[in-house]
Amino acid sequence: MSDAGRFGIDEQPVFVIDQSRCIGCEACVQACMECGTHRGRSLIHLDRIDRAASPQTAPMVCMHCENPTCAQVCPADAIKQTEGGIVQSSLKPRCIGCSNCVLACPFGVPKYMAEIDQMMKCDMCVDRTSEGLKPMCASVCPSEALWFGTIEQFRSRRRGALVRDFLFGRQVVRTKVYTVVDDPTAGPVDVLGVVNTSWIDDPFALEGFL
Amino acid sequence: MARPPIDEAALIGRYGPHLNEAPPGGWDAGIDADRMVATHCCFCGQQCGIKLKVAGNQVVGFEPWFDFPFNEGKLCPKGVKRYLQGSHPDRLLHPMERDPEAPGGFRRVTWDQALDRVTAEIRRIQGAFGQDAFAMLSGVSLTNEKSYLVGKFARLALGTANLDYNGRYCMVSAGAGNKKALGIDRASNPWSDIPLADVVWTAGTNIAETFPITTSYIWRARDHGARLIVQDPRLVPHARTADLFLPVRPGTDSALFGAVLHELIRHNWLDHAFIEAHTNDFEAAAAAVADMTPAWAARVTGVPAVRIEQTAEWWGTSATGMLLHARGIEQHTKGVDNVLAAINLGLATGKYGKPGCGVTTITGQGNGQGGREHGHKCDQLPGNRDISNADHRAHVASVWGCDVAEIPGKGLPALEIIEAIHDGRIKGLLSICFNPLVSSPDTSFTREALDRLEFYGVIDFFLSESGHHADIVLPGSLHEEDEGTATSGEGRILRIKAAVDPPGEARRDWEILVDIAQRLGRGQYFDYASTHEIFEELRLASAGGTADYRGATWERIEAEHGIFWPVPEEGHPGTPRLYEGGRFYHPDGRARFHAVRYEPPGEVIDADYPVWLTTGRVVSQYLSGTQTRRIAALVAQYPEPLCEMHPVLAERLGITDGDWVTVTSRRGTMQLPALVVATIRPDTVFIPYHWPGDRAANQLTHRVVDPISKMPEFKVAAVRVERAGGAVETTDVRDLSLHGGAP
Repeated sequence: MSDAGRFGIDEQPVFVIDQSRCIGCEACVQACMECGTHRGRSLIHLDRIDRAASPQTAPMVCMHCENPTCAQVCPADAIKQTEGGIVQSSLKPRCIGCSNCVLACPFGVPKYMAEIDQMMKCDMCVDRTSEGLKPMCASVCPSEALWFGTIEQFRSRRRGALVRDFLFGRQVVRTKVYTVVDDPTAGPVDVLGVVNTSWIDDPFALEGFL
Repeated sequence: MARPPIDEAALIGRYGPHLNEAPPGGWDAGIDADRMVATHCCFCGQQCGIKLKVAGNQVVGFEPWFDFPFNEGKLCPKGVKRYLQGSHPDRLLHPMERDPEAPGGFRRVTWDQALDRVTAEIRRIQGAFGQDAFAMLSGVSLTNEKSYLVGKFARLALGTANLDYNGRYCMVSAGAGNKKALGIDRASNPWSDIPLADVVWTAGTNIAETFPITTSYIWRARDHGARLIVQDPRLVPHARTADLFLPVRPGTDSALFGAVLHELIRHNWLDHAFIEAHTNDFEAAAAAVADMTPAWAARVTGVPAVRIEQTAEWWGTSATGMLLHARGIEQHTKGVDNVLAAINLGLATGKYGKPGCGVTTITGQGNGQGGREHGHKCDQLPGNRDISNADHRAHVASVWGCDVAEIPGKGLPALEIIEAIHDGRIKGLLSICFNPLVSSPDTSFTREALDRLEFYGVIDFFLSESGHHADIVLPGSLHEEDEGTATSGEGRILRIKAAVDPPGEARRDWEILVDIAQRLGRGQYFDYASTHEIFEELRLASAGGTADYRGATWERIEAEHGIFWPVPEEGHPGTPRLYEGGRFYHPDGRARFHAVRYEPPGEVIDADYPVWLTTGRVVSQYLSGTQTRRIAALVAQYPEPLCEMHPVLAERLGITDGDWVTVTSRRGTMQLPALVVATIRPDTVFIPYHWPGDRAANQLTHRVVDPISKMPEFKVAAVRVERAGGAVETTDVRDLSLHGGAP
């Protein structure tokens, strides 16, 4: 990777998401707003899973499905993919604001923006990635829960396996974005990660209090 | 006369905090940057590299600085939005004088009028009440150059002993503990050592919210198979996947550390060769923990004995390990003891001076490391020298070209300065980048103290809540409006680059101080034409001290992405990892164990105040919030303080999530919404402290300090919690709306 965090044309960097590393700081939410294609609007999702029970949070960028459900269900044919497989925000002249895509996306990614009556979504910072730069969120993410680099770089410094196949009922979805799992043969992707600790059932030793 | 000139609400209406929502011209302005300035974040001690986008004299955005090795482009939300503090409607643009008749409570005056008044008041107060009746409070948002200059200014221009800095509320327990045990006050390791550790143990540090960038270092250690142990009264975000969680009761950390040492000794998980060759006083430390069994410690700390035993086994049997600690063990009346007890564990197992081995504090404030080394601490002179040591004084006097007798002796630490103002011994105050009304314990006492000042001069870029009490306000410079150096928590000296000039009539802080010194007839000691000249003098003043910067030049610092001190001569490579070869910084080269007995905190719960209170920070706000409460997107992330409590406690008190609760201590009372979460000890509530007035957590905290470091006990107080009536929605709804958009 060269001087300015720029990847060469042959390096084929990939976007990797590892929910288990997320610390909920919202650097991604703040940085998404700084992306040149949608300045002032944050399109990433950062969900608190169950704040009453846990500090667990989960970031969600667009997974950029190979055969995107959002585009399939769009009655106005307003959602297009680039040659590189980036699923873009709706085309303004076509979008009718129906929110079919919002409801259909298996990952809950598209956002309907009422003030402009248009669906917008994560476009993997196409202005940056098309020039070999990392997307904003994966540039700043302090925990590397959101990460952008080559598969070789990932394997040299991170543990876990990269997967990009999901099963939603009978629908098989292959995504451009990779997810990290401990064991790719273990079944469906578990965003909680692997719990291998003995204290987690009673972190504060409540038996001592009650 | 330092009472706010008009109603506080009217002051806030005029001077903010107002929210800066968008960059200059709005989000869609399409302003092209004409240059990028590679510098560092203005906030915490991680000092992440960042590139500021500049158009004309305005900062309009940022770009990640991938080449800077510490953070490789990573930033926390504060870093992402820090550029919005520039071009802010609340920015102070001209000097002001208190005037209850003027709209907004202050009238615009010229620099000459303002500086004449400041010098006249300094002369009047010192003439009538003595030199030390005029005090100065400083802050470590300032660069090394400014910190050094403030130290010299207070001693040689004001001629007062009473100068202290806001690191008194941040780093002093760690600094004192490190000096006592290891002979030097610096992080033991560069952060690149963290991924090399087999065990990473964090004690009292909410890394995800206060040092987010450190998370990636810990996760990298885990990628290599490291075990993670987290010691905290709250299940903080990075604890969620820890191998071991130690939910320690506030104020009992030394009992936990003592029991771990007890177990290390009992199982002989000790590095005898290291202890023998490189340390003193092991026997005294061992004797002090002879009866501190895990079963005893479990009763004191609330941590199950089995987890204490497991901690000792992992720490004692692993080849490498890093123990990282922060304010959670340091902001206590036993803060120095806690640090010494942690250091004992490193020394006992030989975990110093080797890759992946260390016990280290994580410095909190932006220049908390460099700022505390160069002389605006009440007991210090540049180079981390001791103001009471004759040799140290002679060296600094020779660099300053003054008589040794002109350098005053040790002054009062920050909280004692506030107390001396309250009881009338100190009549006048000049402060720079310090907001004591929000950051000091016992808010109503601090307010009374500021009200009693005969004169209060404030140098700052926004009018903080303390600034409401000012007689004269001098508009200084933002981080990006001046250049110099800062030193990160790693001990890495960094270049801070000026991106823009101070706007309006605002001036660089050092120029203001030099002007006041000249008016006081002391200009001969402050003959600087540039910030660089101040740094060149700092190098000489620090030379031979433990914090030795002599070999650091601005050119090298910039070219090498920072240099780790000590760097005693030009060409010296710097010292990323301390204590290599077991060489410590006491004159005999040996480290010191300390006998640490557990002592309870300064206030303990009882029938009237039956719940522990601990205070801290959230990720989107920084310290007293003077900057971050003015940035809309950061405020949206966590708008108001919430009182975190466990559902077991909430149920006992008849409180449900979102209920307004009244929290009362012996100092004061406040109302705020409850956040009911099963991620905190059921005997403890947590309130973040970034807000002023009736939202200030410090209304409840206690003016009791560590006897050595003079650190107030922000982390422990006894409170009563009751349902107040009314409720709010505490669920974060921003992302639940299909409308999305900017928060």
